Amino acid sequence: MRYMNNEAVMKKMNSRKIVNLIFKGIFLFATILALMTLAVLFYRILSQGIGYLSWDFFNNFASRFPEKAGIKAALIGSIWLMAVVAPVSMFLGIGSAIYLEEYAKKNKINDFIRVNISNLAGVPSVVFGLLGLTIFVRALALGNSVLAAGFTMSLLILPVIIVASQEAIRAVPSEVRAASYGMGATKWQTITRVVLPSAIPGILTGSILALSRAIGETAPLVVIGVPVIIQFLPSGVFDTFTALPMQIYDWAKRPQADFQNVASAGIIVLMSVLLLMNSVAILIRNKFQKRY
Amino acid sequence: MAEQRPSVQEMIANAGAKRNRKTLEKAIPVVLFIIAAISVLTTLGIVFTLIVETFIFFTEVPFFSFLFGTEWLPFSNTEARFGILPLIVGTLKVTFIAVIVAVPLGLSAAIYLSEYASDTARRIIKPILEVLAGVPTIVYGYFALTFVTPVLQQFIPELKIFNAISPGIVVGIMIIPMIASLSEDAMSAVPNSIREGALGMGSTRLEVALKIVLPAALSGILASIVLAMSRAIGETMIVSLAAGSTPRFDGQFTDSIQTMTAYIVQVATGDAGYGTTIYYSIYAVGFTLFLFTLVMNLLAQRISKRFREEY
Repeated sequence: MRYMNNEAVMKKMNSRKIVNLIFKGIFLFATILALMTLAVLFYRILSQGIGYLSWDFFNNFASRFPEKAGIKAALIGSIWLMAVVAPVSMFLGIGSAIYLEEYAKKNKINDFIRVNISNLAGVPSVVFGLLGLTIFVRALALGNSVLAAGFTMSLLILPVIIVASQEAIRAVPSEVRAASYGMGATKWQTITRVVLPSAIPGILTGSILALSRAIGETAPLVVIGVPVIIQFLPSGVFDTFTALPMQIYDWAKRPQADFQNVASAGIIVLMSVLLLMNSVAILIRNKFQKRY
Repeated sequence: MAEQRPSVQEMIANAGAKRNRKTLEKAIPVVLFIIAAISVLTTLGIVFTLIVETFIFFTEVPFFSFLFGTEWLPFSNTEARFGILPLIVGTLKVTFIAVIVAVPLGLSAAIYLSEYASDTARRIIKPILEVLAGVPTIVYGYFALTFVTPVLQQFIPELKIFNAISPGIVVGIMIIPMIASLSEDAMSAVPNSIREGALGMGSTRLEVALKIVLPAALSGILASIVLAMSRAIGETMIVSLAAGSTPRFDGQFTDSIQTMTAYIVQVATGDAGYGTTIYYSIYAVGFTLFLFTLVMNLLAQRISKRFREEY
């Protein structure tokens, strides 16, 4: 006596296998489609902008004429901006992470700080621009200076740096800390001489990735009122300035087709800076990351 | 060895340094707490700023005509109108298209990565998705304006240079990595033993993915979609460049529209003076935007907590 109709089962099985294969194909196709847009984007920008990359492009200020337009003020301005954002955001971010991971007891205040950080990460960047405009530009009367923009950007990427630093500090095993205490070290000595040295590669990697987000961020700068047509370089943090994404935004919205190619060239510069920063971050991660 | 050990006199002399160290040990947590409190101050600063300036705005524009008004004409010479609904509709149009693009593609990528892909494929695909997530939004905006719109115009002749479809698609592309990676995390968290159980009963991989993994990871997947929508609502540069600056209260997708974020940028780059109604209006719009994203973020947190299956 047969309990199973083998033929029917095989038939059903085969059709299920075919459906499985078809869907595997669909999923793979969708994934590749998403990745292809990146390829199209890169190809498009390279093919349009590469012709405008020349020494003059790096050495000229903004201009009404596309062939004379250069990126000098924006590139130097972005470097100035980073010179403010990097120390401020890393000081605040690493300090907060040390507090939350090493000192904070489980109570309502510290829980509130944690919840607050995750919610702050979800606030749109343009709203941070409004904060910067009110507090730094107007209330503290910093104007549209490097410092005002730098503080705004620092607050914007603060949650990212805190979370990355927390993860890096958490990855240091508690045995290492216990060993340090056992040798008679105080808590702060343990943090500065044992925990931080082994967490620093992870902290740096996360911070550089956060900084690379800040360098491409446009909306807060627009809201703060960072100008674009600038014919001089800032000589201090209280000077007005312009930045790479601002310059690209200005070129991209001009109606002339030539300026859109100039915008492409600007994007190539911006993406190269990002690529450089990300490579450094990956290099640090691979070279110095300790595995316990 | 003996002469290297500190003498009693030296140890007594060192006691002073130790006392300094003790005050340091006590001061450090306080200093670090103040640093950690700055993130809270930032949130308070944002809320405070938005509330104060919005309040001033409402002394000039009635609350109800802002909330329910269907005309947004701030620059009108005769009679300025501040009804937020057209800007909200514009924002929702872009978000709607972004979700239509990003959810199928992002989820497919997540299912492929977590259920089908070999380790090698995963090692190649995931970093590329990360690059996609790291592209600055201004670059996406440029891409939408100078590439996607002209390409779409080949298929939709009535499409204007500024429209809701092209930026919507590009915002969708922007949030694909977010949906893909967060959903993949949720799906990877489903234990392998459950998968193997289903496979052992004769399921195909598709059946495992759709009937076992997807339901088990549903909370994480829904949370990722809500978070991605919140990101789409707050996205600024793509819509500023490609969506136009025409607030409209209708169902048009092919004409120029305006989103909340794009209006803030328009005023910030324009020449509206400090202290005018238009100046305060960007805070009212910013506050509305802030509330939208805050609710979405809280919703995402609630979803992922509430429906999480513990293994």
